[in-house]
Amino acid sequence: MTAPIPTSQTILVVGGGISGLTVALEAAECGKQVILVEKLPTLGGRTALLYRYFPKLCHPVCGLEINLRRLKGNRNVRVLTMAEVVSITGTRGDYTATLRISPRHVTAQCTACGDCAKAVSAEIPNPYNYGLNQMKAAYLPHAMAYPQRYVVDPSIVGTPDGEKARAACKVGAIDLDMKEEIIELKVGAVAWATGWQPYDAAKIQPYGYDRFANVVTSVEFERMCDPHGPTGGKILRPFDGEPATNIAFIQCAGSRDENHLRHCSRICCMASLKQTQYVREAYGEGGKSTIYYIDIRAIDRFEDFYRKVLQDPTVRFVKSKVARIAQDDKTGGLILHGVDTEGYHRYEAPHDLVVLAVGMEPSVKGADIPAEVIADSSGFLEGSSGGGIFGAGCASGALDVNRSVQQATATALRAIQVVNKAAAAEVAR
Amino acid sequence: MSAVGEMKTAAYICRGCGIGERLNTKQMAMVAQKEGKMKVVREHDFLCDASGVQMIRDDIANEAVTHVMIAACSRRAKTEAFNFQDVPMARANIREGVIWSQPEGAAAQEVTQDMADDYVRMGCAEVKKMKLPAGAPVASQNRRVLVVGGGMSGLTAALESAEAGFEAVIVEKQGALGGWAAQLWKRAPFRSPYTDPVDTGVAELVAKVTNHPRIEVHLNATLAQTSGAPGAFTVQVATESGATTALEVGAIIQATGFTTYDIAKLPELGGGQHPNVVDQAGLEALVIAAARQGVPVKRPSDGGEVRSVVFLQCAGQRDDSGKHLPYCSGHCCNTSIKQAMYFKDANPAIDTVVLYTDLRTPGMGEDFYRSGQTKGVTFTKGLASGVAAAGNSCTVQFRDFILDEDTSIEADLVVLATGQVPNSGVNIDIPEDQQPAVKPISILNLTYRQGKDLPQLKDGLTDSHFICFPYETRRTGIYAAGPVRRPMDIAQATEDATGAALKAIQAVENAALGRAAHPRSGDLSYPIVPLEGCTQCKRCTVECPFGAIDEDEKRFPLFNESRCRRCGTCMGACPVRVISFENYSPDTVGSQIKAIDMPDEFSEKPRILVLACENDAYPALDMAGMQRNVYSAFVRVIPVRCLGSVNTVWITDALNGGWDGVMMLGCKHGDDYQCHFVKGSELAGYRMSKVDDTLKQMGLETERVASYEVAITDIARAPQLINEYVAKIQEIGMSPMKGFA
Repeated sequence: MTAPIPTSQTILVVGGGISGLTVALEAAECGKQVILVEKLPTLGGRTALLYRYFPKLCHPVCGLEINLRRLKGNRNVRVLTMAEVVSITGTRGDYTATLRISPRHVTAQCTACGDCAKAVSAEIPNPYNYGLNQMKAAYLPHAMAYPQRYVVDPSIVGTPDGEKARAACKVGAIDLDMKEEIIELKVGAVAWATGWQPYDAAKIQPYGYDRFANVVTSVEFERMCDPHGPTGGKILRPFDGEPATNIAFIQCAGSRDENHLRHCSRICCMASLKQTQYVREAYGEGGKSTIYYIDIRAIDRFEDFYRKVLQDPTVRFVKSKVARIAQDDKTGGLILHGVDTEGYHRYEAPHDLVVLAVGMEPSVKGADIPAEVIADSSGFLEGSSGGGIFGAGCASGALDVNRSVQQATATALRAIQVVNKAAAAEVAR
Repeated sequence: MSAVGEMKTAAYICRGCGIGERLNTKQMAMVAQKEGKMKVVREHDFLCDASGVQMIRDDIANEAVTHVMIAACSRRAKTEAFNFQDVPMARANIREGVIWSQPEGAAAQEVTQDMADDYVRMGCAEVKKMKLPAGAPVASQNRRVLVVGGGMSGLTAALESAEAGFEAVIVEKQGALGGWAAQLWKRAPFRSPYTDPVDTGVAELVAKVTNHPRIEVHLNATLAQTSGAPGAFTVQVATESGATTALEVGAIIQATGFTTYDIAKLPELGGGQHPNVVDQAGLEALVIAAARQGVPVKRPSDGGEVRSVVFLQCAGQRDDSGKHLPYCSGHCCNTSIKQAMYFKDANPAIDTVVLYTDLRTPGMGEDFYRSGQTKGVTFTKGLASGVAAAGNSCTVQFRDFILDEDTSIEADLVVLATGQVPNSGVNIDIPEDQQPAVKPISILNLTYRQGKDLPQLKDGLTDSHFICFPYETRRTGIYAAGPVRRPMDIAQATEDATGAALKAIQAVENAALGRAAHPRSGDLSYPIVPLEGCTQCKRCTVECPFGAIDEDEKRFPLFNESRCRRCGTCMGACPVRVISFENYSPDTVGSQIKAIDMPDEFSEKPRILVLACENDAYPALDMAGMQRNVYSAFVRVIPVRCLGSVNTVWITDALNGGWDGVMMLGCKHGDDYQCHFVKGSELAGYRMSKVDDTLKQMGLETERVASYEVAITDIARAPQLINEYVAKIQEIGMSPMKGFA
């Protein structure tokens, strides 16, 4: 890719998940120059960490492959990974973005042959599996990682392991002296697509996420069910590694709660409905899923999927906000306490594993965005006072993948409008 | 440069990433030169490095090399380095496809080298048949965006297109702009604070559109005909008087919205039975009428003041009986909260009850829900079984789920929250003789061979099938937006229309350059069809998943390149093989099949041809290599654009040439299909079912051709399938055709 020279007609896209990729590609395929900035070493974002999508139960990396091919074939997009925005100043059509680029310690010469990983013995928690397993400290984030280039973790720089990695690389791609860089770019419009993060489940004290091994989050459960995940696709109780067949899904874990997230995170109902089908896939009629819910929000055509799960005899629905969870310290088994509000029956329900359908919060909350932006009470981006910075995807609201892409496509046009006007103004001058 | 038209081929063999240690690259170079007839052959220790890339560039510049074959890593890797825009290029996958998928060690050495040599032969054969795509820009291109429908979605689409510098035309069936939104008193809030109903903004939007220098509006108008292709559509706009005007446009947005579900179909809930039972649209009308007179909302039955209102959610929707709408319309919970607030804000003493099964206020809608509770709206979880209305009062019978009892409630007014029925025109998938008695009126009146309107996904909705690609359309350059696509509220429709405007603009830009739209974005190749060979069998026109091919007056296929998505389904369909792309043709693949060194029948080295979808199966095999998942060295994999592009001639050529088996790896088909070209894998399955007869005629076992569904995540399974298939072929034995090749 030839690096386009950033100008007031360049669109800066912050975040390389599916929303950022969409803004970048849709704008670039309209002929616009784009700089796509990603904090992590690879594009793909959170959807690349999902086993399957609802409601089709198809694989997210299928769409990622298409998007990466679009990217590889398009000269209008310049990708910067391991890069974070430090500040954005200026006005609509004329912004200056300052970026901090962290050292990858691996140059573009890397062929992704994997020799460095073989040479290194140090391991670090694998963030692509939410820390559920370890990976080598010289790594390719995952099989679909783009750029297809290894990363040397800073923890082994200056250690014998670092030297081993360098020595193992036949093409001399490892540069342990690589330093952090600060760069400045001129851009006309900004799409802020930094996505979402799961709400910190430990803050929901009655559910004991920080105390009970068998309480996991929905995103962790997603990795657990993926054959390429930390358990090889086996649904296990972290307490003892035994199969978990009686699983509780607790909806609105953090969401719709003024003590935590005041908004509804939209995706969690569908995600849990989907995950009950993972349990069915793993255990057939032998698995048991129970969904504790307030309202099942299977909006629009998703109703079909809800109806299908309702008919599944392995899935039970209890309208209840679970009050608290207790653990049997000997077995690690969990007892859920609460009241079934349909008829007001108290229950003490035993389960092997509890999956908290954790809420979605913006990865970077409005107040933490280093630019003049307008955000709502949950920190989702509504826009900017100057009108040239736009929220895209889950940075703009609690959205599912389909709506994120829809919204990101709209954002691409808004950014194009800004740079087209900047271009027209330049011509007029 | 050499003389025009003179081909000079070059092969570059990389020794990096272990290729040099594992394989005899000198031998591969020899194969390229002797058998591949490459004019220039070079080896390099690290081909993707700057020096390697420069070497190739220099050969193109100084040695007049016109065709490049690179034997290194997969075509999916190092795309930035191997990016030579001005020459056709083939990539022999020696790294992921050979050394990473084959075990190390002397025992495997011979078959691994065989594999690499064959891939070099195949790469050389392929590149010689490739041409650089010229692109077919639309000659008389038009950049204007046509928007069908002047409601919130249509107005937004037109305005956003115009604000990006494009001209837009709105064709609206009614006599005024604004659509349903103009019939609303207020709308639910769509930005902070989410507390109160807000102005619809329709009047302002209509004014902006009406006064915009780049927007033209046709009222009381419909489309009598739509023909052409992206960049060059011609539409006949018909007005009530019967006069038509021709317009040239570049892309089309269909924002034809919805009709409210007919409440007369809900007599058990009082729909159509009593004036005091209305739908949400009916309530808006009552509120507007009252506001105009400056009086409280009146009871329709007698004009008395409304003191109590019950809202019944999901009326005639989320229905599993097959009688009503199966889906949820998404907006109705917020709409009922908004409408309850109309009353509470005017007079807190008015009783408002929302009866629901699941209250659906996603995102910040939760704040609006909370605000409703604060204002005293009662939310009751329950399901209405009937509404009896007499005189001026209605009685709602319902099951209260919380109290777990059947009970009833009295109200002056009952509002049925009914759903959206998309205005999507004719369902082109239903044969003419099975269309409903009251035939739907076509919206677009397309002259396309494959029907008048956009294909419908489900329940009349013209939505995309793809989660990652909501704007994927099966009619290139025509995009659905708003509730016609999927049930939605105003906020989402506004986003949707803006996104559709982008896609429309993109379609115009693509057409001007002759580029393909998603998923082969930017592809300049297009189907080239010398008609002298065509037998007018019509398979291509029928099977094109995108309706890109019409028939001309002499009944020959008429290709519309800017409608084409370059999947090659037509190429796969053509029995006389006259359809080809410059860089992908019966020949580019066929020559590879013929190029390999076929071992004799006593060698115990069977050869299995694997035709793998480049979107899913091929990446899965690449990743299998990256994870060193070993598979049989007897296979030779050729990526195809889609299994739909597989012409049966490749199969018969392979079998006649002594190949022992053919495996086709494509995407899932059926209702939840994964094929990016809609039905390519399904068509391939259908075509291959006919291959059995051919096999029998040839005296071959039917197992020698097999199809499998493979997902991109089948990194372990795909190699396993290959190994199982090879074992099966070994069991059957070597092909008897070998001696005759």
